[in-house]
Amino acid sequence: MSIQDADSPSDSRAWLRTERTGRVLRLIAGGAWIVRDAARLDKLLGDLRPDDAPEAVIDGSAVTQLDSSGGWLLVRTKRALEKAGKRVSSFTLPEVYSPLIDTIEKEHTAPPVVMERRHGLMPLLERIGRSTVETGRQGYRMLGYLGRFTIEFMEAMLLPRSNLRIAALIHQVEEVGINALPIVGLLGFLIGIVMAYQGADQLRRFGAEIFTINLLGVGILRELGGLVTAIIIAGRSGSAFTAQIGTMRVNEEIDALQTIGINTFDVLVLPRVLGLLIALPFLTFYADVMAMIGGAVMCYFDLGITIPAFMRQLHEAVSMNTFLVGIIKAPVFAIVIGLVGCFEGLQVERNAASVGKLTTRSVVESVFLVIVLDAGFSILFSILKI
Amino acid sequence: MAGKNEKEVVIKVRGLVNQFGSDVIHDHLDLDVYRGEVLGVVGGSGAGKSVLLRTIIGLNKAREGTVEVFGEDPTPHRERPENSVQTRWGVLFQEGALFSSQTVAENIQVPLREYTKMSQELMNEVTSMKLSMVGLPEDAARKFPSELSGGMKKRAGLARALAADPEIVFLDEPTAGLDPISANQFDELVKDLQKSLNLTVFMVTHDLDTLKATTDRIAVLVNRKIKVGTIEELRKDPDPWIQEYFSGARGRAALDG
Repeated sequence: MSIQDADSPSDSRAWLRTERTGRVLRLIAGGAWIVRDAARLDKLLGDLRPDDAPEAVIDGSAVTQLDSSGGWLLVRTKRALEKAGKRVSSFTLPEVYSPLIDTIEKEHTAPPVVMERRHGLMPLLERIGRSTVETGRQGYRMLGYLGRFTIEFMEAMLLPRSNLRIAALIHQVEEVGINALPIVGLLGFLIGIVMAYQGADQLRRFGAEIFTINLLGVGILRELGGLVTAIIIAGRSGSAFTAQIGTMRVNEEIDALQTIGINTFDVLVLPRVLGLLIALPFLTFYADVMAMIGGAVMCYFDLGITIPAFMRQLHEAVSMNTFLVGIIKAPVFAIVIGLVGCFEGLQVERNAASVGKLTTRSVVESVFLVIVLDAGFSILFSILKI
Repeated sequence: MAGKNEKEVVIKVRGLVNQFGSDVIHDHLDLDVYRGEVLGVVGGSGAGKSVLLRTIIGLNKAREGTVEVFGEDPTPHRERPENSVQTRWGVLFQEGALFSSQTVAENIQVPLREYTKMSQELMNEVTSMKLSMVGLPEDAARKFPSELSGGMKKRAGLARALAADPEIVFLDEPTAGLDPISANQFDELVKDLQKSLNLTVFMVTHDLDTLKATTDRIAVLVNRKIKVGTIEELRKDPDPWIQEYFSGARGRAALDG
């Protein structure tokens, strides 16, 4: 009796036939039992109905090609027959395949792997739980890190010779400050243009075009100059800090530093944070100036306000305080960006994927913190009536 | 004729030139790899072993010369024809090159999912079999590559390379970083698979024990050229590097012992 395989046995495709002779169930297999046909064979074997024969024979002598998937299907069939209470009296295959069958039979007794479910309610709850715990731990680690930074920072300030790396500091000022001038300048200029254009458009309705300059002066100097610069630097330097330190962790460079006895905080964190602390106020000032130039250009072309008139109005609109309120925030932003960037870099695990993940997290966290702090400053200044 | 079948060439390299800047790595290499043989590739650091491997599997474009695998150009195609060379080989990279976002079991199932229509149950069974073949414990299946040790990554990489039962496997330093017992098991495994599946193995290795235990022929990259032969033939070669390699203290200990 042949089960539903249409292929003729002479075909090189795999085939399977069952015969019943007296008390013996014969399973006859032939052709190429290879991975490409495994899905079909699996189905064929699945349709096999075990009958009441107490003895079974697997005859694979007509098998022309066998690989590990095909071998597994045969071994699995044999095991299933044995489990069903039959005695498998013979299991024959061409001699060349005996090493393979031996390997599979002897070494493989494990159950099929269990694939973890990644979708659905339980995995979702598990992920929520895990990330809650992880967030708590992250906060705890950050607090410890902040404390360590404070101590190391104080030491560096009070005993500068002992652990401040001047060359590294200057390098960082160049890297995060001077090299950022083109992008910060361009964006500042464009922000000035946009603010002036939008302001002029709205204020023209009231015939108050001249107050565009007040809007520009107060808006840029108090808020936007510092905020935009901080966000650019968070994206540019904060991410670079994480990636640099993270790559060093993957390479075990940080472990190497520690075994040599070098304080990693001194060489990696302090120069970066202090470099940013020095550079960011200057960058903010530069962005303010560029934005004023952008605004002046726009006012000249859009509203016909000459440069001297612009200067006069600006002088009336803003005071030194306006500028200081903006610039005072820069060092705070600098410390936040630098600390988050270095902290996330030190959190990197020893695999490359982790560098990417934490770099993203570092940028998101520092931009978030910068905006939250900026809002905090606004509230503080309004309470203090500055 | 049986003898003729045994000599079927599966990898054919002709006039291969690889050059980086003015640095010539390979100077008109010719190499034939026959079906069912285990070929070991050795050479000093920077001799171009990995470049040769990468050229054969189509990851590095040769300056000059041709490479054919099963008579086909191995360069990756945008469209993958049915039964292309990529479905007929498996590659074990040096560090395993496991997909980091997937568990070990998912990694092993990638080729199966791509090339076959196996049911999930059968794939799980086959995955479990491959894991025990390469000597990984059951619980490794659910781990992510970042949770594995170097040796385990290598085994998982091998399991993935063998997943779809390829005809050729390329192994880049397979036993480096394994303890001697695992390395022996690995040699056994390669021999077993090679015997039963008539597998062709192209193996870059420095492990003299592996070379002795598994390889039929050895290709030595030296002075931008390649010399191929059995261990006995190569030991008679006058080239000083080859002499040092096979007849130095380590070579003698492994090969004569």
